[in-house]
Amino acid sequence: MTKQHYSRRFFLKSSAAFTALAALPAGVKAFYVDMENVVLPVRQMLPLKIRVNRQEYEVQADSRTTLLDLLRENLGLTGSKKGCDHGQCGACTVHINGERALSCLTLAAMVPGQEVTTIEGLADGDELHPMQQAFIECDGFQCGYCTPGQIMSAVACVKEGHTGSVEEIKEFMSGNLCRCGAYNGIVQSIQKVAAR
Amino acid sequence: MRPFTFQKVNTAAEALKEKKAESRFIAGGTNLVDLMKKHVALPEALLDVSAALPKAIVRGAKGISIGAMARNTELTLHKDILARYPLVARAVLAGASPQIRNMASVGGNLLQRTRCPYFYDVTTPCNKRKPGSGCSALNGAERMSAIVGYNEQCVAVHPSDLCVALAALDAEVKVLTPQRKEKAIAFREFHKLPEATPWQDNTLPENALITEVYIPENPFNKHFSYLKLRDRTSYAFALVSVAAALHIENGKIRAARLASGGVAHKPWRWYDAEAFLKGKAPSEAVFAEAAERVVKSVKPLKGNAFKVPMLKGAVETALQNCLTLH
Repeated sequence: MTKQHYSRRFFLKSSAAFTALAALPAGVKAFYVDMENVVLPVRQMLPLKIRVNRQEYEVQADSRTTLLDLLRENLGLTGSKKGCDHGQCGACTVHINGERALSCLTLAAMVPGQEVTTIEGLADGDELHPMQQAFIECDGFQCGYCTPGQIMSAVACVKEGHTGSVEEIKEFMSGNLCRCGAYNGIVQSIQKVAAR
Repeated sequence: MRPFTFQKVNTAAEALKEKKAESRFIAGGTNLVDLMKKHVALPEALLDVSAALPKAIVRGAKGISIGAMARNTELTLHKDILARYPLVARAVLAGASPQIRNMASVGGNLLQRTRCPYFYDVTTPCNKRKPGSGCSALNGAERMSAIVGYNEQCVAVHPSDLCVALAALDAEVKVLTPQRKEKAIAFREFHKLPEATPWQDNTLPENALITEVYIPENPFNKHFSYLKLRDRTSYAFALVSVAAALHIENGKIRAARLASGGVAHKPWRWYDAEAFLKGKAPSEAVFAEAAERVVKSVKPLKGNAFKVPMLKGAVETALQNCLTLH
């Protein structure tokens, strides 16, 4: 086939048709958004005062915002990771009032008045938290995606005193999955910090 | 998630006053937020009751009161629970992950929805999610489904471990009705079978609040065990679980409690086996006979017949563990 089969007229006709088609979905979308606002309740923006890593933040957030999305999208604290977003993987683990919790299943609106600590709040200036240092020394990660959640959970695991045996560590770290399978290094990191 | 309005309430009375048919109470949120993300739950408003409900665990003369807002982890650490109701702590530790146990409330644990995959998949029929649409699990992926107490409307199982222990210990659920009336519901009456209304998991009156769970004093703090069998060693829902507790005096079983999770629409008590154990001297043969009586009453579906021998073994092992593990 050669280019001569496509006339100028064909080009004009077909591009006009494409333009008309392209305009349609935008119109449909706008109509859908209008209908959504009529049929469904309009989204509610909430003024939230949230304390993260010893710092106060004041933000406006949709009532649907999870703590994880607030940290990542509103506050730019992208250390906490979104793995499954359904509480099954532990990548989003943070501390709320010093206890480990899943930020993906926590609504940001429920957090005011509580103290949140994320992976960014663990180090003391340039000095890593002992658990962060142990993860480096014991090869506690490969790709690193689950690592912030693993470390937050590991710090809590030591604080809770669930480090009596390898079995106990594994049981109390079962809420944090690692697709790379760095589990042995993670267990060793926890043992190392617990022994200090 | 569908948009909703959010409101924090400070007292149970305020919570009941603000509650409308389209709104939902939220406590720990570990189940509800997930269901909202999946568009299974579509509330128009959320009422945060985390500051409105009691969270204390208080030992009284005849039992222990657990505030509805007590977090699951607190049940595993409280000295009176560990000394007098250790089966409760053991069951809680068998469920979820440390993060979720830190967040989840006791009241919310009772109200958690089934984990039947079709309930979560809004593209499939499910009588529990959409009344009258049908049951996809029946003749579908039945592996996790019920083996007793189900009907053609619904074969889902109740997912809680805590509730199995509470059923075994004859707990009570204290609720506050919209008319501000206090009401106590026996635990065995709290969760229901699918019957003709599988979308209702329990007998909690509409718009009522759970305020506390009460466990009466009992002699089951010496010989008890909780055995949970699942697809991986931790952080998975039960294929079958067994809570066993024996009161042994002078070499005889004076009373026995036996309950299971993962087998029915509600935490299931094995009354027949309990009655059989009463008065017997504990032995492997007696435990095997009790397990035989348990599985005599079940009727598996095509896809989960494996649960029957699994349950039999679990009952025997749980009863033996009552004697050996503490």
